[in-house]
Amino acid sequence: MGKYFIRRFLGLLPTLFVIITISFFMIRLAPGGPFDEEKAVPQEILVNIEKKYHMDEPIVMQYGRYLLDILRGDLGPSFRYPDHDVNFFIVSSLPTSLLLGSMSMGLALFLGIGSGILCAVRQNTWVDYFFMSIAVMGISIPLFVIGPVLMYFFALKMHWLPTSGWVDSRAGWITVLMPVVTLASYYFAYLARLSRASIIETLRSDYVRTARAKGLSGPVIMFKHVLKGAMLPVVSYLGPAFAAIMTGSVVVEQIFRVPGLGKFFVQSAFNRDYTLIMGTVIVYSIILIIMNFIVDIVYSFLDPRITYK
Amino acid sequence: MKDETILRVKGLQTHFKTDDGIVQAVEDVSFELAEKETLGIVGESGSGKSVTNLSLMKLIPSPPGKIVGGEVLFEGEDLVHVPENQMRRIRGNKISMIFQDPMTCLNPFLRISTQMIEVFMLHQNMDKKRAHQESIEMLKLVGIPKPEKRVDDYPHQFSGGMRQRVMIAMALSCKPKILIADEPSTALDVTIQAQILELMKELSAKLNTAIIMITHDLGVVAGICDNVCVMYAGTIVEKAPTEELYKTPKHPYTQGLLNSIPKLGKRREDKLYSIEGQPPNLINLPDCCSFYPRCEFAMEICTKKMPEAIPVGEKREVKCWLYHEKKEVFRDSPVA
Repeated sequence: MGKYFIRRFLGLLPTLFVIITISFFMIRLAPGGPFDEEKAVPQEILVNIEKKYHMDEPIVMQYGRYLLDILRGDLGPSFRYPDHDVNFFIVSSLPTSLLLGSMSMGLALFLGIGSGILCAVRQNTWVDYFFMSIAVMGISIPLFVIGPVLMYFFALKMHWLPTSGWVDSRAGWITVLMPVVTLASYYFAYLARLSRASIIETLRSDYVRTARAKGLSGPVIMFKHVLKGAMLPVVSYLGPAFAAIMTGSVVVEQIFRVPGLGKFFVQSAFNRDYTLIMGTVIVYSIILIIMNFIVDIVYSFLDPRITYK
Repeated sequence: MKDETILRVKGLQTHFKTDDGIVQAVEDVSFELAEKETLGIVGESGSGKSVTNLSLMKLIPSPPGKIVGGEVLFEGEDLVHVPENQMRRIRGNKISMIFQDPMTCLNPFLRISTQMIEVFMLHQNMDKKRAHQESIEMLKLVGIPKPEKRVDDYPHQFSGGMRQRVMIAMALSCKPKILIADEPSTALDVTIQAQILELMKELSAKLNTAIIMITHDLGVVAGICDNVCVMYAGTIVEKAPTEELYKTPKHPYTQGLLNSIPKLGKRREDKLYSIEGQPPNLINLPDCCSFYPRCEFAMEICTKKMPEAIPVGEKREVKCWLYHEKKEVFRDSPVA
């Protein structure tokens, strides 16, 4: 098992290398560049700037230089914010995004699986219909509608919650409520539907019939015999979902003025801020790769038929 | 010797509500099971064998299924009306069940020990350690080699026949009065089949357990059953001691079934006998003999009314108008 972990971890590096390479060249294929302004910049200045950022070198040279920088853990200077380098932006904003993302994921998991179980057990009753209607809303109403509606009602009308900000603001931890709920809504809905379907399927399986024939009670059957197997599809969804919740937080971060990484992800793309784009892409890729790695490991704990050697 | 009746099923009816109408899966089924008896229930797929027995355990998926009539008398109680929490004390304890496909009937995510221990802990108030010990004993009893090692394995580490042995061990752990075996050998290959049936016979004798053997394999019935019920379209059309049933089948359906068994030494050119037609759709069955469209001896009255069960000889019953009209046996040995 330990050997598997190491081998698997080393296997992540080539994946990351491919992502970096493809992104590096694709970004440069897009029209426009980091120093394009609406007002034309004098030629001499442009040449100087390009020289400073080594943009005058052949692209392969730039690529090699970038790889060497990364190996040293340096994501380079931002092209657009001359006083800061990319490492600074990521170190200062990634924890916020991670916090927002994991709280949302936690909430979505808890409520999603909880209501999934409830709906599966009370299939085709009003409880089932009620939660599934909510789930359909959660899936179909976009974040940028849910967010402002919550904000309008709870902050502007009822004055219960602050309109925006984050934990470091004066209002403190209460600020997380609306962004977390907004971001969690879609994943809650998806997880509720996924776990409901999976549990219903497992409840019909032969081995659950065996468990019933043994005289076990409903809760024992659910938590001992059903959930372990029924959670497999849920777990495999969690990896990509967590990565998506991180990138999806862009909108929520904008609405509620949360100082996360999402803002840089979007702005850097608009600005053609090559190094910042690369930085955010690398961070998100690492998160996605690590999450999938964790999913595989959780899988082997859930299903004894899967062994890693 | 085998007189003490432990289970009496009377007029059992189980229906399923579907979009197309009500499926009368079990319609007026009555039988008795004596202590230590092995009762075979035979019939083709969809004849209501499994639903009958799931009804006894009240394991019918509900909705859509529902026991709509009849009674199941076991130890002085009518199981049809026993509340669920009391029913749970009977399941796996006094009446237990094994199923057709041992590959899917054990939980693939839990160790064998986990799945066996819970039966002991639930019904016999054992602590975990004692239950673990007992599980090993049970595995030894059903002939699992190195049980103390294998008990902590997962189901996928066992072969099909071994898994069915584990199922049997689990079902017999509380020395139940009745073991319902729903086609226990169908999913296994022939040599393993014989071993499993032999094992069931041996253990039930040892533990004084009566067996209800559901099967569509008439060979299995001949091998181990004392009495046989033949089911067709949700009802028992004939009941008889095994030997007599094979010697002198009364109901035209039973006769047809026995005629359809390939016989050793028969000439190759001879076509195998088969009953013409298809079993009826069980939705909204009309009140007539459900077999008459396929019956060679169908009469006017068969299309009008379902016959009552009528005794023919000792411990024998048949649901057929042939025996209502004239009491004498219609044909002594139509098979020969």
